[in-house]
Amino acid sequence: MALLEVNNLDVRFALRQGDVHALRDISFSLERGERLGIVGESGAGKSVAAFSLLNLIAKPGFIAGGTVTFDGQVLNRMSERGLRKVRGNRVSMIFQDPMMTLNPVLSIGEQMVECLKAHRRISSKEARAIALDKLQQVQIPSPETRLDQYPHELSGGMRQRIIIAIALLLDPDIIIADEPTTALDVTIQAEIMALLLDLCEQHNVGLILITHDLGVVSQVTQRMLVMYAGRVIEQGPTREIINDPQHPYTQGLINALPQMATPGEKLNQIRGSMPSLSNLPSGCAFHPRCDFINRADGQPRPACTQQVPEFVESGNCRVACHMVAELLEDRRLKEVTS
Amino acid sequence: MIAFLIKRLMHAILVMFVISVLAFAIQDNLGDPVQQMVGQSVPESEREALRERLGLNDSFLIQYVRFAKNAVQGDFGDSYFYREPALEVIARHLPATLELVFAATLIIVLFSVPIGVYSAIKPRSPISRLFMGISIIGISIPVFLTAIVLIQIFSIGVTVTLFPESTGWGAWLNAFFSTEGNMPSFGRGYDLVNVVGNWDTNLATWNGLQHLVLPAVSLASIMLPLFIRLIRAEMMEVLQSEYVKYARAKGISMRRVYFVHALKNTMLPVITVGGVQIGTMVAYTILTETVFQWPGMGLMFLDAINRADIPLIVTYLMIVGVIFVVTNTIVDLIYGLVNPTVKLTGKPA
Repeated sequence: MALLEVNNLDVRFALRQGDVHALRDISFSLERGERLGIVGESGAGKSVAAFSLLNLIAKPGFIAGGTVTFDGQVLNRMSERGLRKVRGNRVSMIFQDPMMTLNPVLSIGEQMVECLKAHRRISSKEARAIALDKLQQVQIPSPETRLDQYPHELSGGMRQRIIIAIALLLDPDIIIADEPTTALDVTIQAEIMALLLDLCEQHNVGLILITHDLGVVSQVTQRMLVMYAGRVIEQGPTREIINDPQHPYTQGLINALPQMATPGEKLNQIRGSMPSLSNLPSGCAFHPRCDFINRADGQPRPACTQQVPEFVESGNCRVACHMVAELLEDRRLKEVTS
Repeated sequence: MIAFLIKRLMHAILVMFVISVLAFAIQDNLGDPVQQMVGQSVPESEREALRERLGLNDSFLIQYVRFAKNAVQGDFGDSYFYREPALEVIARHLPATLELVFAATLIIVLFSVPIGVYSAIKPRSPISRLFMGISIIGISIPVFLTAIVLIQIFSIGVTVTLFPESTGWGAWLNAFFSTEGNMPSFGRGYDLVNVVGNWDTNLATWNGLQHLVLPAVSLASIMLPLFIRLIRAEMMEVLQSEYVKYARAKGISMRRVYFVHALKNTMLPVITVGGVQIGTMVAYTILTETVFQWPGMGLMFLDAINRADIPLIVTYLMIVGVIFVVTNTIVDLIYGLVNPTVKLTGKPA
């Protein structure tokens, strides 16, 4: 059994107009030391997925079904008390915007020490020593003075280093990083990402990297999920998905990378925008934006507008697309007949 | 820090100057002080002589300059009624008012923080809704009405005969809703303890405390609901913030998340508002002290207005202005201690 296993996770938000399905049927697993990428546009449900792993989604959100199993324990059926022992201790998180993540009125040292003391019976002095050691590991200049400083005295890059240090404080098994470099200056994005990966490697920490940067995902993760409107539409080994994307949406995402465009031409884009979760299109949620909805005979495929696609296995990947399913079926029939 | 305090001192002087000019400007509309000072049988010629002696016939400017010259030397003139220095009269009444304001502030702090925090953490619970409902009523009822209702219930007493006395439960309910009404509602009581100089305290004896309860509660009745709602609104906003989510993700206890991470940020704007409101409360004491005949500055001020005791009125207004500046300075100092992003300087922000 893998270290982290997510099965058919279903998350809803109870709103006045009725429940809104934020995540449907999410399943994946993570081995010790493995790196998994979750990509998708804004609003695809990436962050909700990240927060629901530790049951941290804010009301009115709730986990309506499925399981998150970590090291044999089902996290979403645990008490708050039990969950607290996992949060920040065995599974820690890195948030998107370092300017908003640290509490402005508490010193860096206090915010590090409280985390250690919540999980271990140690003195403040010992906790400070550990905090100092972690600050050194994230290569912050003059770490001793940082402990007594407040967040507003530090730059965004430094704050994200501190948040990485806090994530590593208790030597966790998994770090969930929700767009850890999005809010940073482009010049230090690569630096922070390299630091994070380096430290994960050194300590054999599993990483769930949530991002919309396909470049980063392709370079650093072993497996990836592509999300669209609260569903996973393609998942598998990163290299296979990047080299040979099956789902039209994944193809669109990769085509939209600036380096895929012909110099002098307009950049490629996926037309339209992500639908609202409370008002999803019928059938495949992507069909209004899909370029492959028509069959070879020029007629739109009725299944795309009527039926939610099931996952089909394609090589080592799983894809939720009627077109892909049809292609695979054709290929299978040919093999059978020949 | 020193620059900050010096700047605040200049503020105080400016405030006192402006208030004194304004107070002097309205004195002609307050009636004739001489009328209050002498008997009806005193002939007009003697009245005129008295006016001349008091300098009331001089022009506004000359009167003001004469006052300002003395005021700079610490002499704010003699009260017409008490026939002693106005500052001494105020100094005699000041402790009673400050004790009343202190007691009301204590009530506000002790109740607004827990209730505000609770109703922010559990906004949908029936208890929170009850508190919110009561607080709306509390804000909308004027202080003097609250005071009169309190006196009726707790000093005079209420006998309820609404339920049938013949049944057991009716008698019980009647007894439950009836009040004995033995709380004192007049003055400061007989059992005051002298602390230092002219400061006699209500806080040292049971009788003194009993006398303090009703005035303090009615003085707090406007501000308490205001602060409950303010703390609740601020806390609810802070609870939505990223750093509170992050604190939860670190696995620290909810108690620490609420009372260290959230409450500290909640209190920043509350402290600022609180400073202004303490000054306002000194002004509200005029109503409370009148209803309860509390011998403080507020009651003294109302009497001074009735008697057209201009030196006392002007001095009172200036002292209240200084109290405003002083409380705001103290609040800014506290704010600087709580909020690490603030540095106190003499420069304008």
